[in-house]
Amino acid sequence: MKPFSRLNKIFKKLPVNLAIIIMCVMWVIPTLGLFVTSFRDRREVRNSGWWTVFGIGVEEVESGVEPYQEYCASCHGDDGRGVEGVDLFSEETIQNYPRANRLFIYLREPIEGEPHVRDPQLPENPSDALEIINPIYNYLTEVEEEKGWLNRFSFSNYADALVGYKGTETYLQDCQENPDQTRYDCNVLSDLTKPGGMGRAFINTLLVTIPATLLPILFAAFAAYAFAWLDFKGRQWLFAILVGLQIIPLQMTLVPIARLYVSLGMQDTFLGIWLFHTGFGLPYAIYLMRNFIGSLPKELFESAYIDGASHWSSFWKIALPLATPAIASLGIFQFIWVWNDFLVATIFLPTSPVLTVQITNLIDPRGQNWHILTGAAFLSFIVPMAVFFGFQRYFVRGMLAGSIKG
Amino acid sequence: MLPKIMKQGFWTAFLYILPALLIIILFIVYPSFNTIRLSFLDERGEQPAYTTCREGGECWGIFENYRYALTNPDMRIALRNNALWILLMVPFTVIMGLLIAQLADKVKYEPVAKALIFMPVSISFIGAGVIWRFVYHIQTGDNPQIGLLNGILVAFNQDPVAWMSNRSVNNYALMVVGVWLWAGFCMTILSAALKGVSKEVLEAARVDGANEFQVFFRIMLPIIFPTVLVVTTTMVINILKIFDIVFVMTNGNFGTEVIANRMFQLIVTNTGRSMAIAVVLVILTIPVMIFNVYRFRKQEQER
Repeated sequence: MKPFSRLNKIFKKLPVNLAIIIMCVMWVIPTLGLFVTSFRDRREVRNSGWWTVFGIGVEEVESGVEPYQEYCASCHGDDGRGVEGVDLFSEETIQNYPRANRLFIYLREPIEGEPHVRDPQLPENPSDALEIINPIYNYLTEVEEEKGWLNRFSFSNYADALVGYKGTETYLQDCQENPDQTRYDCNVLSDLTKPGGMGRAFINTLLVTIPATLLPILFAAFAAYAFAWLDFKGRQWLFAILVGLQIIPLQMTLVPIARLYVSLGMQDTFLGIWLFHTGFGLPYAIYLMRNFIGSLPKELFESAYIDGASHWSSFWKIALPLATPAIASLGIFQFIWVWNDFLVATIFLPTSPVLTVQITNLIDPRGQNWHILTGAAFLSFIVPMAVFFGFQRYFVRGMLAGSIKG
Repeated sequence: MLPKIMKQGFWTAFLYILPALLIIILFIVYPSFNTIRLSFLDERGEQPAYTTCREGGECWGIFENYRYALTNPDMRIALRNNALWILLMVPFTVIMGLLIAQLADKVKYEPVAKALIFMPVSISFIGAGVIWRFVYHIQTGDNPQIGLLNGILVAFNQDPVAWMSNRSVNNYALMVVGVWLWAGFCMTILSAALKGVSKEVLEAARVDGANEFQVFFRIMLPIIFPTVLVVTTTMVINILKIFDIVFVMTNGNFGTEVIANRMFQLIVTNTGRSMAIAVVLVILTIPVMIFNVYRFRKQEQER
């Protein structure tokens, strides 16, 4: 092949490749940001963007060296240990000042009658002073003995999320330092299943999703078989109506069912939510299964019948096994839908929160706990993402079943 | 189609359908009628709606809750926002999906690219809300930005923007999340449709000297047009019902309210109004449904 024609080929394809790669990157970055953040120490999450883990924007941190030298090093020395009993770079010291303005307020206090920062002094104007303190603060919080991206990598956010930690430190730290505090047992098994945490929510979600996936498949398969291979009056229009009911949105059925459950004493039960999800998923399920079962060759059923099979056995032995692809597609579709649902779970199962509901319970209105939220969010993603990537083919097939026209 | 030898009594068929039928009647048909009934009652579903009319104010009688749903300022904002979403976000998402589907077709790593773009579908809306709240985060004062967008802005010496609370951008910020979530869905369906276009037609066109743009716009697009319509109508229906994203990101504050969120907020405090909003929601989806059915029938005829 001529040397330039190869280059030409690559060149021609460049815009397309570039466009696709840029779009893929844009699609992945938000999730990546969350993923990276979920492994970072909570103080770092509050003080620097997640991209600094990759070395981007770290100049902000390094720019703190000069002001530090100018204002602090004369007393505290280059390593922060110049003053007896005070180590500026240690964790205990930094912990006292979760934000730069706290440090600023502290520095305003005089020491032995003299201003803390004296040679030179900090500007009077607070925002000017903060302009100096911010880089110093970043410098103090970021620099450590062994710096490197492995350094602040921790699973503590996940531990906090699993347990539903609401304190000011981290769960692991609390258990290490005060094992006698009463809120957490510091015993892995019992803490993982504590009601306020994602661990418990994970179990709840499993308990909700699995039956809510299996039941519609079962009932839809029965009905689909009847619509496909049994002849009875009104079969066409009944099918059309049942499938047409797909259009009714959740919002139309929520409240009356909730009220019904309350009057039956069924509110806040698992059975209630299973039935609701089954009901809502049936029209689509019947549509999908019927199309598939109906497309099986009729000779199969004919020969079975000639051999003396009843409808019951031809359902279980022929229709159902052969309908496995449709069952797989439907199952995966319904599984992901129920797993990710929020509205139904928050109304029908408020006291045994599922993952999505628990995330909203963990949101701190003051915005202080991104580190826990990121861990919690990822815990809720793992299973559906795994199912999605593992069974993408079936998922797509289920989606396409109703959509390709023309 | 049905093998004649498999005739059986009415009761057999009935038994097969019974469980599904019962559940559907109980969980879809009955509640729908009940919702409509409740929309004509007051905030606790006891007295008729006209008892909530106030002296000297406008009153629509039994339709009092509908008056709220259509004229209340919060609802007006919600209706406007849903319309905005439909007019802006839907075309953009469909076009994005189409674009990516077509471009991805031409590269070797197509399955990987498509999986990455489709992936947001597997994330719950709540999770997506957390991801994007983080991207849009603004840090006040002089503290360093930890949200991606504001981090970029600050790096270029711009002022950070409060994406979620600034009324001139927040709706669009939310729409971006919507596109992120749904473009993959559109892409998957449209990609399947594009691949279904017969290769001979395309080859013939290329041989006749058509360039790629002409092939795409003059041949492929018209052929898959019915699918494009189906995707668009599906998206419109999804957007009319949009709830989770708005709920978890702004809870409808700062002018981002949407219909389904209004309905949710009112479920316990004012059932009548909440139900009226739900009914209005369904009524709004009816034209889209009718359009879908009409097209479906037209195609069945053409077959």
